[in-house]
This record gives sequence, structure tokens and C-alpha cells, in this order.
Amino acid sequence: MYNSGKIIAGLIVFVLFVTFPFLFNMGKASAKPKPSIDTPVINQMQVKQCVESRDFMRTEHMQLLNSWRDSVVRNGDRIYVNKAGQSISMSLQNTCMNCHSNKKKFCDECHNYMAVTPYCWTCHIQPKENMPKENVL
Amino acid sequence: MSINRRQFLKLVGASTVAGIGGTAVFNGLRNNGLEAAQTSPDPRSLKGTGTVTRWGFVVDMSKLNPEDYQKCIDACHSIHNVPDMSGLPEEVRKRQEVKWIWKDNFERTFPTAPEDVYQNIELKEKNFFLFCNHCAKPACVRVCPTKATFKRNDGVVMQDMHRCIGCRFCMAACPFGARSFNWRDPRGKDDKGQPFIKPEKENKEYPTRMIGVVEKCTLCTERLAVGKIPACAEVSNGAIVFGDLEDPNSEVRKIIASKYTIRRKPELGTQPSIYYVIGGGEHAG
Repeated sequence: MYNSGKIIAGLIVFVLFVTFPFLFNMGKASAKPKPSIDTPVINQMQVKQCVESRDFMRTEHMQLLNSWRDSVVRNGDRIYVNKAGQSISMSLQNTCMNCHSNKKKFCDECHNYMAVTPYCWTCHIQPKENMPKENVL
Repeated sequence: MSINRRQFLKLVGASTVAGIGGTAVFNGLRNNGLEAAQTSPDPRSLKGTGTVTRWGFVVDMSKLNPEDYQKCIDACHSIHNVPDMSGLPEEVRKRQEVKWIWKDNFERTFPTAPEDVYQNIELKEKNFFLFCNHCAKPACVRVCPTKATFKRNDGVVMQDMHRCIGCRFCMAACPFGARSFNWRDPRGKDDKGQPFIKPEKENKEYPTRMIGVVEKCTLCTERLAVGKIPACAEVSNGAIVFGDLEDPNSEVRKIIASKYTIRRKPELGTQPSIYYVIGGGEHAG
């Protein structure tokens, strides 16, 4: 093999470069997000049940919210019938956040961990919770 | 490896079938169980009597007291978190303010009405109530490139803030100036540090808008959905009458049939849904 020294050195540098983010962050894994459901409204519920099952909400809440938005704004249909047959008023601000009044400990907990920034709150008014005074509208 | 034309075509055909079929399988697997059948209108919502509904208004200027204007404007603007830009310098406010319902004089309300020097002075100087006409053939809907503004089945010209890209074509198209652009962050503050939406007036059950979108009167769709009439009509002491223009027995149709009414710029063919009874004292009407 010609130039084996250079090639092997180059390969090592390349591998180190590519795996640098993983090596650098090794052992520094941030804590798993633990979204909290400790809010006054949820604590009063006999059965702690969201509009759909917990697993469904975990994986599909974004699709659910998108379909809610389209249904309400575009079709004017505001009632959602869930799999248990209950009718629910489709509203992020008034239905979701009524129970989940702890946006920081609930929404942001996972969204920050996953580095996603949904732009719900540029228009929808988020619950007022422990906000610094100058930010309270 | 050599390949002849026949083999090549077979391969292309098979790939195409696999591609199309594969998409269907993938979409099937991704089905998240959200079906359209799961949604329905609110049973409390206001409905027209016939198969077709077209919500409209009659604004009876003779019944409108001077103090009612601000009451209606405040009711609408506080419910919908419309930013109050009155703190801005006059020149800036004129160009940047956001309004869903406002007032203006005869000449600017009906600019194409025949001019007449002998016209009733009181009428000429009177302030008319203006808001989105919810036209039957809305120009704004035709020009919107993202279908952010669209016509609902009940005649409401709706604005979907999620889709608006702020191109302002609709503002250029609307002959009635019913649309406002958010030049500033509606949650922001004016030059004197006063918030546009006062904290104590903020309606926490309704969203605000964001900088860079166009907004306008939505005919209180959120109120119609729970069986309430639009806020302006509710607080106007009967000056603003709301109803279904397609229903011959509705109050609006009865007024239109019995009194002389005019609409703004009817010659443009957008067919506005606001009819004005211009009044004019005891000799008119």
C-alpha cells in the first residue's frame, strides 16, 4: 500500500472528526424529560385521562393538533369525538391548556429536549405561570 | 452487465408499480387513526333555516347613537385582542393601525355614490360603521396565493392566520379597506412603552396575531359556534342587525325588503353582505 502512513493518519483524523460530537458529549447525557401533569385541574380529576390515550397523545399529539386546527378554522367543526365517544371542544388555548396549565413543565420539557420549537405561542396565549413580570402582557 | 431495451422497460415498469404501491403501504402504516368523521359542528352553533346560509348585516344608521360607535368598536376589539395603536403618533397610526370595525364619513364610505351639493349636511358628515362586508364574491379570496383567506359555506370570509404569509395581495384586492397588516408585533409596545394589548383587556380565550400577518373581522365565528350573535350586533342597541340573507323571513331580509338600503361599491360586483339604512330623519325610511 502506497502512502499508508498518510492514509491511516487521515482515516484516524476523519473518524475522530466525525465521532467528535458523540465523544465530546459522552457521559453528559441530559436527564430524560419528565413532563409534569401536576396542575390544579388535573389533580382534581378522578381518572387522569387526556382526550385520547396516553400513548396516542405522546406520539400523535402534533397530528391531532393539526387536524383540530384544520377542522376548526377551515371547516368550522369544533367538536371532537374521541375513541371513548366523549365530545370535546377543540381548542389549544381553552381545552388543552385548561388542564395543562403548566406549559413550562409540560410542553417545553420535551420540546426543549428534542430541540423542536413549535410556533403555537406567537399567537395563542400561553398560561401565565411564574413568568418574569416584564414578560407578562 | 448489459441490458436490452425489453429488460430495461420491464425494470422501469416494476419500479414504478413498487414506488406507487410502496407509498400507499407507507401511508397506510402511518395512519394515525384521525378521521374526519370524528369531528362535528357544535350543536349550539347558529344555523340558517335553509340549505344555504349567507350571514349578513343591516346597519341602521338612524338607530345608531354617537356613543354606540365606541361601544361596538371596544366590544369587538377587546374580544379579539385587536392591538390598540392609538398611542402611536398620528402619521404612523394611520398607516399601521389594526382595525376590525371602524367608522368613517359618507364620502369615504360610499365614494361612488352620486355627488349632490344639496345633500343633507347631517348625512354628509355622519359617521358610518364599517367592517368586513363578507362579500358573496370576495376579491380577497380570489387573490390569496395560500388560500389563507377563504369563503365558508355559511358566507363568512374567514382568515386562517396559520396560513397567512403576509403578502398583502388581499389588502390590495379588497375595495373596502377591511384588512389590516400587522406591521408591528401586536404583543409589543408603542414608542411610549404602552402595550398595544392592555393586560387587563386581554381575552385569554382568544389568540392574538403575530407580526407579518393580515387580519380582519371574522364575523365572530367563535361566537356563532356557541350560539351567540356577533359582538357588534349584540351591543349596538339594534342598530346592527345580524341574520341570514338567504332566509326570506329573517329580520335582515325583512328590513331590506321594506326599507331603502345601500351597499358599499356595489358596482364592483363583489356583492357585499352589509346593507345600510341611511336614515335621514322623519321624512325618510
